[in-house]
Amino acid sequence: MLNAGADPRPPYRSYHEWYAAQDPANLIAKSRDAENIFRKTGITFNVYGHEDQSEKLIPFDIIPRIISGREWRKLAQGIEQRVIALNAFLDDIYHKQEIIKAGRVPRALIEKNPTFLPEMIGMRPPGGVYTHIVGTDIVRTGEDQFYVLEDNARTPSGVSYMLENRETMMQMFPELFFANKVRPVEDYPYQLRQSLQELAPPGCKGKPRVAVLTPGIYNSAYYEHSFLADQMGVELVEGSDLRVIDGKVCMRTTLGYQAIDVLYRRVDDDFLDPLTFRPDSALGIPGIMDVYRAGNITIANAPGTGICDDKAIYSYMPEIVEFYTGRKAMLENVPTWRCSEESSLKYVLEHIDELVVKEVHGSGGYGMLVGPTATKKERLDFAEKLKAKPANYIAQPTLSLSTVPILVKNGVAPRHVDLRPYVLVSKTVKIIPGGLTRVALKEGSLVVNSSQGGGTKDTWVLED
Amino acid sequence: MLGRTANGLYWMFRYIERAENIARLIDAGLRMSLTRSGATDGDWDGVLQSAGMQQAFLEEYEAVTDSDAIDFMLRSRNNPSSVMSCIEAARNNARMVRTALTRETWEATNEFWIELKQLLARKVRPQDMPSVIETIKRRAGLVRGAFHGTMLRNEIYNFSRIGTFIERADNTSRILDVKYYVLLPSVSHVGSSLDNIQWESILRSVSAHRAYGWVYDAVYNPANIADFLILNGQMPRSLHYCYDKIVSNLAYLEREYKQRLDAHDTAEATLKLLEKGSIKDVMDQGLHEFLEDFIGHNNRLGMQISEGYRFY
Repeated sequence: MLNAGADPRPPYRSYHEWYAAQDPANLIAKSRDAENIFRKTGITFNVYGHEDQSEKLIPFDIIPRIISGREWRKLAQGIEQRVIALNAFLDDIYHKQEIIKAGRVPRALIEKNPTFLPEMIGMRPPGGVYTHIVGTDIVRTGEDQFYVLEDNARTPSGVSYMLENRETMMQMFPELFFANKVRPVEDYPYQLRQSLQELAPPGCKGKPRVAVLTPGIYNSAYYEHSFLADQMGVELVEGSDLRVIDGKVCMRTTLGYQAIDVLYRRVDDDFLDPLTFRPDSALGIPGIMDVYRAGNITIANAPGTGICDDKAIYSYMPEIVEFYTGRKAMLENVPTWRCSEESSLKYVLEHIDELVVKEVHGSGGYGMLVGPTATKKERLDFAEKLKAKPANYIAQPTLSLSTVPILVKNGVAPRHVDLRPYVLVSKTVKIIPGGLTRVALKEGSLVVNSSQGGGTKDTWVLED
Repeated sequence: MLGRTANGLYWMFRYIERAENIARLIDAGLRMSLTRSGATDGDWDGVLQSAGMQQAFLEEYEAVTDSDAIDFMLRSRNNPSSVMSCIEAARNNARMVRTALTRETWEATNEFWIELKQLLARKVRPQDMPSVIETIKRRAGLVRGAFHGTMLRNEIYNFSRIGTFIERADNTSRILDVKYYVLLPSVSHVGSSLDNIQWESILRSVSAHRAYGWVYDAVYNPANIADFLILNGQMPRSLHYCYDKIVSNLAYLEREYKQRLDAHDTAEATLKLLEKGSIKDVMDQGLHEFLEDFIGHNNRLGMQISEGYRFY
């Protein structure tokens, strides 16, 4: 919030003025109110393997993270370029594979990748869009300095928190929204529905029927699935509701089976179709891939987009963006060592105490080592894993992330954050002004994942 | 609407209804223990029977004591019809059909579950029982209020209401069936205090002891009690009233879907019987036989509805 001279940075000026006039005890009380709102609404996530506390709240910090309109515009351009490149990359690797032929990305990294789906080869989804909904994780290190931490092109989650955080802030502090011109995020569900309908199969007559596919109430993100279906006004379906009839995917209603045109699925590729992928999947729909290949349903995001989330692929993103857009990537990658390369592995092992080492297919903050804060033993153990399977890991330096203030018992304290803006791709690319700010609540920590004790904040993009 | 959603709504409201009814039964049981000097644990045996839990209880415990019986009915995780299990199941169903519920209805259900989980985390002390029962009734009332005040009168509403009344009809008929013998003319010694207590406890189990006085007489009379709970169309827990509601909600679905199912015939036939019949006919047929028949038909109706509307 403050710059070097301890003055508030320009986007925080108005908020800071308001904050200075508040009674700290009152803010703490408001903070508790917020928690009650979340609990009452049932905005929870499930933690696997905890019998008693199977539903948890993600801690919410009431101090907003504020981004100037100018900084946002720059960021948004970079994200748009990246998302266009991701879709072009997916189309290419499932068709002509020119990027491989040009020698910019190694063939093995694509074709041997478990997230690469041979079933998608030669398949072009309606409108040519593979990843409809993208969440790009960004960190800020200084004025106008942003890095992409990772791309989430498969099924980015968390957008319901973006919406509920804003809702809660507007309920608790309406006066702040009079004093600050905050760009709205509330129309996300409407935009999502529109962009899904826009990419309905070409043969679809009348208004395209959209449904959200969830694994069910025990899934960790179930709240979000039901929230989005509710806000969009579409059915929330499970695999057991669906069946392929006469070449269409149909849902069982009280009046019989009805066809679906667009399926926003929150079920992983592996579980989507037991006839094509995992035969033991009870979450999917037998035969849906045939319907998909015949062009009778749109699946968002397309199967096989998970390859973009691979951290080894990530390390090639600067090349990928340049290859498809013809311009240098506007947003920088965090420098990344691919441990599959011998010289990099040597470097990483020598500097393991300075680096963050991650599994290439990992997510949720699991399976990573944060060198500077790890114990000696943790580092030694991890080095062994690394040597045993180097291609499974990448390493990155810890950036000197900028911090934002959070409310603590005696005032405010700085914590590290990242930012996940949400992008909708249909015939155009729409970036919602804001996103999910995740905050590492532990002092000094760099891990923001909710499964690892991270929290969230409302994210304001100012109109300026 | 998805068949699974209709199913979820139906069961959500069955479970809420059941939880409330179990709470009423406990309340009636407590009342009996309070008003009788030297109450016996046999009273709780009868309460467990009325709740349809006697067998499950005896699988876990050797003998019936009041504190075990209350705990089993209120909190037991092994008892799928304990108040806690019911509310947990109702909330899980509500989560499943979240998109069909208004925010108010969902929040009322969710808060019910949150509060109950805290209240029933430990065995309830006897001195806290009245307030716990009170909370359950109040929370169920809040769900009902939110539901009636905010939900559209459409198929969602109809399936929810049908669930409520199938469950309620089942509960009322079981309560009567367990106690049918105290209502038979042959064994009643008019005015004996033992009978009075039994009769009052039946009325209390359906929260109708006051209403009875308004409709009939201050003096309990077994035929009137049976009439009240079976045939009276004004009494909201009577079989007649339940079937009135089931039939009208099914009729809405028939109009909306332009489709008539077996369930419509079954429900209307039962309603006709309850409308036209007199308590004398019922007693002549045999109260127990009548109730057994009714419970069977009510179950069959539930099955016809779940098949006809593709719940599974």
